[in-house]
Amino acid sequence: MSTATEATKYSELDEFIAGLPSNDGALIPALHQAQEIFGHLPFEVQNHIARKLRIPAAKVYGVVTFYSFFNIEPKGKYKVQVCIGTACFVRGAGKVLDEFAAKLKVPSGTTSEDMMWSLDGLRCVGACGLAPVVIVNGKVYGRVEVKDVQGIIDDTLAKGE
Amino acid sequence: MISITLNDKPMSVEEGITVLDAAKQAGVYIPTLCHMNLHSLNMHNNPGSCRVCMVELEGRRTLAPACTTKVFDGMKVRTNTPKAIKSRRTMVELLLSNHPTDCLICDRNNNCELQSMASSLGIRKIRYSGERMRFDSDTSSHAMIRDPEKCILCRRCETVCNEVQTVNVYSAKGRGFDAVLSTAFDMPLYDTTCTFCGQCASVCPTGALVQRSYITEVWDEIADPDKLVIVQTAPAVRVALGEEFGMDYGSRVTGKMVAALRHIGFDKVYDTDFAADLTIMEEANELIKRIQGGGPLPMLTSCCPAWVRFIEHQFPSLIDIPSSCASPHEMFGAIAKTYLAEKLGVDPKKVVVVSIMPCLAKKHEANRAELATEFPHVDYVLTTRELASMIREAGLSFGELEEADFDKVMGESTGAGVIFGTTGGVIEAAVRTAACKLEGKEIDKIDFTELRGMDGVREATVHVAGMDLRIGIAHGLGNARTLLQKIKDGKADYHAIEIMACPGGCVGGGGQPLLQTYSLEGDKMAVIEKRAKALYAEDADKQRRRSHENKEIQQLYAEFLGEPGSHKAHDLLHTTYTKRGVYNINLPSSK
Repeated sequence: MSTATEATKYSELDEFIAGLPSNDGALIPALHQAQEIFGHLPFEVQNHIARKLRIPAAKVYGVVTFYSFFNIEPKGKYKVQVCIGTACFVRGAGKVLDEFAAKLKVPSGTTSEDMMWSLDGLRCVGACGLAPVVIVNGKVYGRVEVKDVQGIIDDTLAKGE
Repeated sequence: MISITLNDKPMSVEEGITVLDAAKQAGVYIPTLCHMNLHSLNMHNNPGSCRVCMVELEGRRTLAPACTTKVFDGMKVRTNTPKAIKSRRTMVELLLSNHPTDCLICDRNNNCELQSMASSLGIRKIRYSGERMRFDSDTSSHAMIRDPEKCILCRRCETVCNEVQTVNVYSAKGRGFDAVLSTAFDMPLYDTTCTFCGQCASVCPTGALVQRSYITEVWDEIADPDKLVIVQTAPAVRVALGEEFGMDYGSRVTGKMVAALRHIGFDKVYDTDFAADLTIMEEANELIKRIQGGGPLPMLTSCCPAWVRFIEHQFPSLIDIPSSCASPHEMFGAIAKTYLAEKLGVDPKKVVVVSIMPCLAKKHEANRAELATEFPHVDYVLTTRELASMIREAGLSFGELEEADFDKVMGESTGAGVIFGTTGGVIEAAVRTAACKLEGKEIDKIDFTELRGMDGVREATVHVAGMDLRIGIAHGLGNARTLLQKIKDGKADYHAIEIMACPGGCVGGGGQPLLQTYSLEGDKMAVIEKRAKALYAEDADKQRRRSHENKEIQQLYAEFLGEPGSHKAHDLLHTTYTKRGVYNINLPSSK
């Protein structure tokens, strides 16, 4: 990543922050936007947001680590997210998560070395009627069972980008 | 007012208060662990997280936490039913199941709220076993050790740091089982904006935040026959040390403290108050020069190392206004390793200076590179608590010791040096001397009572030599921030400002005896005030009460330093500061 594009990303973020109505309650929207722009939230970006919003860096870090949506490290090309909220978990999401880990050879919470696959367990995504829920790069799969896992992987690869 | 029934007794209470408040009013004890209300410091920590204060409410199926449940008309509360007690015990057992069990070698052994809670609930067995959270302890700073494994997530440190001190070092990180109190990006404390004031350690219920101890190193130095081990004691220590041995708050134990230090084996027992007088000679001289020579004004006092860190990080643009004077114990070390070593005919390399301080930030300060020549001015800093520990280790019956006097050469002090330990004291000491210098003669007024008090931010005008000297005073870093912001915004026109980082000044320092929180809740300031009163009483008893009247100080200038502000004085007694900022931090790598 060249310095020029880095600088562009920061100015895009600064523009977004400047457009927010007030600094109160601006942290979460700023983090969402930053993750959209940078793909993840490295410490430099978190510290930058803290400076812009004039809030403690510790607070920003606390919020980023609290929500499973935010990621500090870069993610792979394909982001597999398995909901392990209560409803999904009791309907077998834990086993689905294990199956993805085994098939992709990527432990939960990590990214493969070739930066192709990231696997995460998510907290409740609010679609309990579809439990267990799996989201791959924004596409939602409902009522997923262990036997469906290979199909989802193949489907993802087949579609490429 | 509304009516409630508490343990079958009807009572009338104000609407809007909690069950815990109501119980306190009725003299009924409900155990708490996370809750802490130090309203005199504007600190109210009430996350309702520990679930130890559970009580039974009639008509409600589940138990309710007393600390966050508001009273309502007709409420019937029972605080000590078997169900409530059982639940309390379960909560504490769960906390213990996720807590190290090395109590015997913990800094807080016998002085731990979790330990006392377990003991008072009669816990003899932990029924739950399983995974325990694992974290490395942070030993990056010279002042404090942070051991997150001992954290019970009460968040008192976060509250005192954010709300009282406004330093904002801590935040809760992660969620669920992984949750822990952390610094930004898990940075070691040393790299954060932490001022090492130690107020977090003084409210921590367990051993998660403790002082870094140098007791072993000091015993080793004492045992070394080649070393001349010199000890100096800060003013605030002598009015708090007695508490560690069951004496009343505000007991003056100067003579017994000196005797104890001799018994422990220090070669020379000296007084930081001597160096406080020396500080005033330099600081009053600097103030007069800055008033007469066109600034910069205001001049800020610089005795408090936590406050120095605070301005370096939070107000780097104001870095030119603190006095260049090093703090008294650092001045003491510089003189001990030059003038005193020469006078005693000892190689300065063999002189070891130990400071007994009410403070954790002094431990950090002693390691600042600016405060050293070939070797550091001060080698070790021990707190009031550590001194008490050494006295116990030595097996001394503190209360029975015969009172003794400080050694000569650097042991004399005036009343001005004594009051350095309380808010308002440093500036009063400076004014006592500056007033005489500005008038060109000794004046009658010694007590500048307009500078005393416990309000967080104070101001006063002192009339001397036909001029109005405008003084500002703040204690507690949140209050300091208020005052500094006024200066930054150009809305203040003080000549001099005194700032101390801890509530009440050094008497309320992070190294002082820990105050049992439940019994003192809301009254911590009253205890700190008693210690301050004891300092003013010691001042009043002194024959000499102005720094420039100190005979040993006069001798030091005549024989060694020349004049206040001399070249030699500058080399040894003055220091520099660094602009640091809040966000200009050395970020660790995210990956």
